[in-house]
Amino acid sequence: MSTQLPSTTGLLPPEFVAFTASPATEPFWDAAREHRLVVPRCSSCGTFRLPPAVFCWNCRSLDVEWIEHDGAGDLYSYTVIRHAVIPSMADVLPIVVGVVELPGTNGCRLIGDVIGCDPESVHIGMPLLLDWYDVADGSVPCFRPRA
Amino acid sequence: MTDRTLKDRAAIVGVGATPYYRRGRSLPQTTMDLAIKATLAALDDAGLGVDDVDGFALYGGNFVDTSLLAQVLGIPSVRFTAGLTGGGGGSAGSVGLAAAGVATGMADVVVSLMTLQQANMRFGASFAPKSAGGAGAYSAPSTPEYVFSSNAGLMAPGQMFAMLVQRHMHLYGTTREHLAEVAISTRNNAIRRPTSLMQEPLTHDDYFSARMISEPFCLYDYCMECDGAVAVVTTTPERARDLRHDPVYVMGAAQGGAGRWGQAMTWMGMPDEMFATSGHRPIAKDLYAMAGVGPADVDVALLYDHFTGMVLLQLEDYGFCGVGESGPFVAEGNIRWPDGGLPLNTHGGNLSEAYIIGMTHVKEAVEQLRGTAVNQVPDAEIALVTGGPASIPVSGLLLHR
Ligand SMILES: [Zn+2]
Repeated sequence: MSTQLPSTTGLLPPEFVAFTASPATEPFWDAAREHRLVVPRCSSCGTFRLPPAVFCWNCRSLDVEWIEHDGAGDLYSYTVIRHAVIPSMADVLPIVVGVVELPGTNGCRLIGDVIGCDPESVHIGMPLLLDWYDVADGSVPCFRPRA
Repeated sequence: MTDRTLKDRAAIVGVGATPYYRRGRSLPQTTMDLAIKATLAALDDAGLGVDDVDGFALYGGNFVDTSLLAQVLGIPSVRFTAGLTGGGGGSAGSVGLAAAGVATGMADVVVSLMTLQQANMRFGASFAPKSAGGAGAYSAPSTPEYVFSSNAGLMAPGQMFAMLVQRHMHLYGTTREHLAEVAISTRNNAIRRPTSLMQEPLTHDDYFSARMISEPFCLYDYCMECDGAVAVVTTTPERARDLRHDPVYVMGAAQGGAGRWGQAMTWMGMPDEMFATSGHRPIAKDLYAMAGVGPADVDVALLYDHFTGMVLLQLEDYGFCGVGESGPFVAEGNIRWPDGGLPLNTHGGNLSEAYIIGMTHVKEAVEQLRGTAVNQVPDAEIALVTGGPASIPVSGLLLHR
């Protein structure tokens, strides 16, 4: 499901993307590089957690399994960034930043840009599917409307 | 709970401020110069001197170096230094911390303050990594957690809080008209005050023709970026009785929040039932319990207004209206001074007087309860002050005369 994006409008300029990771989050970004979304789930109590953390917030277990998710979900909230607070981002605006709740993950949410649609058409509850934004060092989740 | 109370065990006796400036205009003064001017003004207001001060209770990280402050002021003996973690969420809580200091006997006279100069940094971009041109208060190398939001371009507080308010609009039918009411009523309070940076009325047309920054927030949904300092002096009730003004007593103080509110706007993973809130519900509960009063007893509300929409969410969290009802509540004129049932941000707030990270709200509460406010609420007896909806800790303060 790799997409060559026609322009950078609507996405953070690649030079601003960072892959700062810890041992707890590294598997997420490793899978992202292969365009796979994985969400850590506690092997002990079954609670999902995002961003990945060493400890389960529900039972403090260290045991984790990485569950693959298709990334399809509904838009939970969003903002359309119209004004460049950071001046160097002016060229890529507007950016629609979406918060998407991943079904079946006890409410884990993923944050990504919503692309491939008119910002005016974006609304909470909008069905979305996962896409990936490829930059030099890896891939970042983003979303497109789901038919 | 019965033993854990600060009620009437501390009093605010002095408040002071520098002039307020637009971002960067306070140069060539330093933040330390501003801090000292505000502190001296607050001590003078109290009728106290530098020699009386023996403690500092702060918030918002390392804005003030207490060692340098004590050195430059020449404080004879420092007995208590404390600070709330987090950011603007702790403004009201810093006075609660001062109250804790004097109530427990660790200090007699405690100064809380905020000093701010945005010449070389902008709070408006305060979460932008340095790699993205950020020079904000919190800008730092990205963390493993934070890249989950920053990689989508979420780097400014306004963009983050827009998410919470957008969801509130979706759930409850809140509209931009409701946001405009907060902006306009607050401005109407500001323009009557010489200290305010905003001196012109804000019309409905001005609001709706302003540029959109991050939907649903337009220019006038944002507070200003300012320079200046505000200091507050807290002491014991016994000591307070002999000073220049009638004491303003701490009735309740609370800080913190739900653990899973956590970093809130930089992670967006708060439990569903908390998402479209200000994070203040646990604070409100503790605060009213300690003070032994409820929302109906509050005469004037000084609610931290970094963004109009977050004022609405606080009105709900503090029980002034039902959940989801803050839009209609403000539309009915309830927050307007002087005629509304709950005059709000009578000083003009962060939105229109000056943004000193919430400390102007404490100053205004004290002036209201002394009966000396410019936009006085007649016979005000109880004031609510809140710290900024933000990552925990958030905080609140109930004061009475
Ligand atoms: Zn667990």
